[in-house]
Amino acid sequence: MIKSVFSKLKKGLGRTRESFVGQLRSLLTGRKLDEALIGELEQRLIESDVGVQATARLIDGVRTDFRAGKLTKGEDVLDYLKRELKSMWPHADRALHLAEQGPTVILVTGVNGVGKTTSIAKLCGAMRDEGKTVMLGACDTFRAGAVRQLEIWAERLGVEVVKGMQGGDPAAVAFDACAAAKARGVDVLILDTAGRLHTQDPLMRQLSKLRSVVAKQIEGAPHEVLLVLDATSGQNALRQAEEFGKSAGVTGIFLSKLDGTAKGGIVIAVRESCDLPVKFVGVGETPADVQPFDPDQFIDAMFAEDE
Amino acid sequence: MFDRLSEGFNSAIRKLSGQGTITEANVREAMAEVRTALLEADVNLKVVDQFCEQVIADAAGAEVTKSLKPGQEMIGIVHRRLVDLLGDGRTEDGQPTPPPGIMKVSPGPTIIMMSGLQGSGKTTTCGKLAAYLKKRGRSVMLAAADLQRPAAVEQLNIIADQANTDMPGGAQVHFYGEPEKCAEYGKAVGVAVAVCQSALKEARRLGVDVLILDTAGRLHVNDELMGELHGVRRALNPHHIFLVVDAMTGQDAVNSAKIFHEKLEVDGIILTKFDSDTRGGAALSVKEVTGAPIRYIGIGEKLDALEEFHADRMAGRILGMGDVVSLVEKAQEEVSEAEAEAMQAKMAKGEMTMEDFLKQLRTLRRMGPMKQILGLLPGLGPMLKDANVDEGMFDKTEAMIQSMTPQERKSPKVINPSRRRRIAQGSGTETNDVGQLVKQFSAISKVSKQMAGMNAKSKVEAVKEMQRSGGMDGMMPGLGGFGGKGSTKSKSPKTKSRRKKSR
Repeated sequence: MIKSVFSKLKKGLGRTRESFVGQLRSLLTGRKLDEALIGELEQRLIESDVGVQATARLIDGVRTDFRAGKLTKGEDVLDYLKRELKSMWPHADRALHLAEQGPTVILVTGVNGVGKTTSIAKLCGAMRDEGKTVMLGACDTFRAGAVRQLEIWAERLGVEVVKGMQGGDPAAVAFDACAAAKARGVDVLILDTAGRLHTQDPLMRQLSKLRSVVAKQIEGAPHEVLLVLDATSGQNALRQAEEFGKSAGVTGIFLSKLDGTAKGGIVIAVRESCDLPVKFVGVGETPADVQPFDPDQFIDAMFAEDE
Repeated sequence: MFDRLSEGFNSAIRKLSGQGTITEANVREAMAEVRTALLEADVNLKVVDQFCEQVIADAAGAEVTKSLKPGQEMIGIVHRRLVDLLGDGRTEDGQPTPPPGIMKVSPGPTIIMMSGLQGSGKTTTCGKLAAYLKKRGRSVMLAAADLQRPAAVEQLNIIADQANTDMPGGAQVHFYGEPEKCAEYGKAVGVAVAVCQSALKEARRLGVDVLILDTAGRLHVNDELMGELHGVRRALNPHHIFLVVDAMTGQDAVNSAKIFHEKLEVDGIILTKFDSDTRGGAALSVKEVTGAPIRYIGIGEKLDALEEFHADRMAGRILGMGDVVSLVEKAQEEVSEAEAEAMQAKMAKGEMTMEDFLKQLRTLRRMGPMKQILGLLPGLGPMLKDANVDEGMFDKTEAMIQSMTPQERKSPKVINPSRRRRIAQGSGTETNDVGQLVKQFSAISKVSKQMAGMNAKSKVEAVKEMQRSGGMDGMMPGLGGFGGKGSTKSKSPKTKSRRKKSR
């Protein structure tokens, strides 16, 4: 089981590995460490979306150890980075929080086009495979075809979906979905929301309202508020995490499209500047392409050498 | 959206302005700050370094160090280099790039193919392009060639209907789709070509002017799907191939745009989600990295939120100079010259009515969210950063005017306390609000009557005077005379910034 998760992750990260770590490896292997090489390393990190802040910290660390004589070869730096990256993720709680009794409500949010609906299908499939009954709530009443998109996934996955009118009040759909989830006694209710830019105040307030409607309906709900971040996005992802954190009380991050970026440094940038745990990563197109995020495994997979 | 970047540039320029003598070292120091700001904005590292070096070299060459106004000189240099970066007006083979626009061909239709990564906003942008063309009197067919993503066909269908019914313009927006051909991811490859061919046949039969093909989102590394795009290209030979890119894209994804361009030879990029607080890295890198010019930008969720992209104006916005040219153009899209003149004549005679006022208010609102409009005014951008423009206030004003009788609209003087109560009840507002509106209206019509005979400078003074007297309460600045006969000639950045200084 563990083996298969690892190899799947490795495959999904294929491009990240080939490109990010692969480039680092070819940069560092067989070279003596000096200031010029550290400069090149800094450049590579920035280009991989690691972010200015995290890069500065990593590079400072390398430089200090280099001056202290602890790092002398390029290969040392690879080991140093692997160690340092692993230590960035202390043992945090990355499990999904489930309700003790009654339906667990998971609210899924994010800006437009990050892959919320696909991510929901993935989550839904994973939970269904664990033997849980799942229901979906189509609270994206704004985007044309969004409800239909969720419905098609629901049909494929064989789960129920609660929907409302196109252009209607998303909070009303959430209300109905909660009522239906209680009545039908499902284990998990996943609510899809309309993509919104975190700069749109009224839409962010709408999200807070939706949240409070859910909270009134089911005790302790929403048990999880997942923010879907696009792994190909730049440092703006950090702003999204901040704003959605404020309005929706985000509890965890679903990092989508990790297979779409050659570098994936945004995982590091997100960790460096916000406290939210990455709970899942999406590494492909099918509902099965979802992994719980395990930093050790993630970094091992990233640094793994091809056999 | 360029707040942080503007701050970076401005603080660098301020530093230089404050110094008596400037050395190359000073310039370098100031540019170091700019470099960090650019990197934090996700601008491609190579682009950043090249840009900074060029600016420093230009500064040395132009002898900024000897200039009396080094700050001004620097603004000029940075502006020029930004324009180069955003699109230097030359294509790769040295030909001047034509301004954004969709070519006309005979026999029709003009074929546009859209491409891009998943979630970049292709389908929405198709709708926006359709609305853009419809407004210019050209009929459009949207063809759903995205057979992968669930409900993508339905989404495009709904968007086509919305564009057809809700958007201004005389032409029709058609839709073509074969929903029964959809399949799960990766299983409908190849079918798209056939769908596009039948769409073209149908478009010819109906005689539409432009055919827009909405393709499935894909990774540039997915050879099978890239092959599909090639197939569509070979079979239909599109006149335009646009690559849709999310403005929030990171350093690496700009590279994927490059690969798209290499494989497909796109002839233009459409940047979406420009209304986010992205620091604009993608906008600044994409031209330089891919070599393809940016043609349009998406600035909102509604179908009319698409703008043509002009490098010089964007550079002005980044430097906080505003973009008066775009503002005037937006106004001209909504108001004809004749209408504007008739309105001015009316105002000069003090004959403006509540009806006219309502019309102007609606026109102004059609141009886009107020915050966006105000942001185009020089010097206002930075001030608006944290301001929250309450669109609800305009709804309220519209509701109040609509609750007035024709007589009241014509001469608001007749509005007595009893009428005021009725209007408030009818519009769901307070009597105070109604009183406020009437007061503001009379202040505006008085000033606009006075202004009719003035030159530009005294006009500004008059508006200031009105603001001081509290007649407007910051409610609707400069509504009077709006949409007038402003010149569309671009002012050079120098004159603009000089004007800004003199105020």
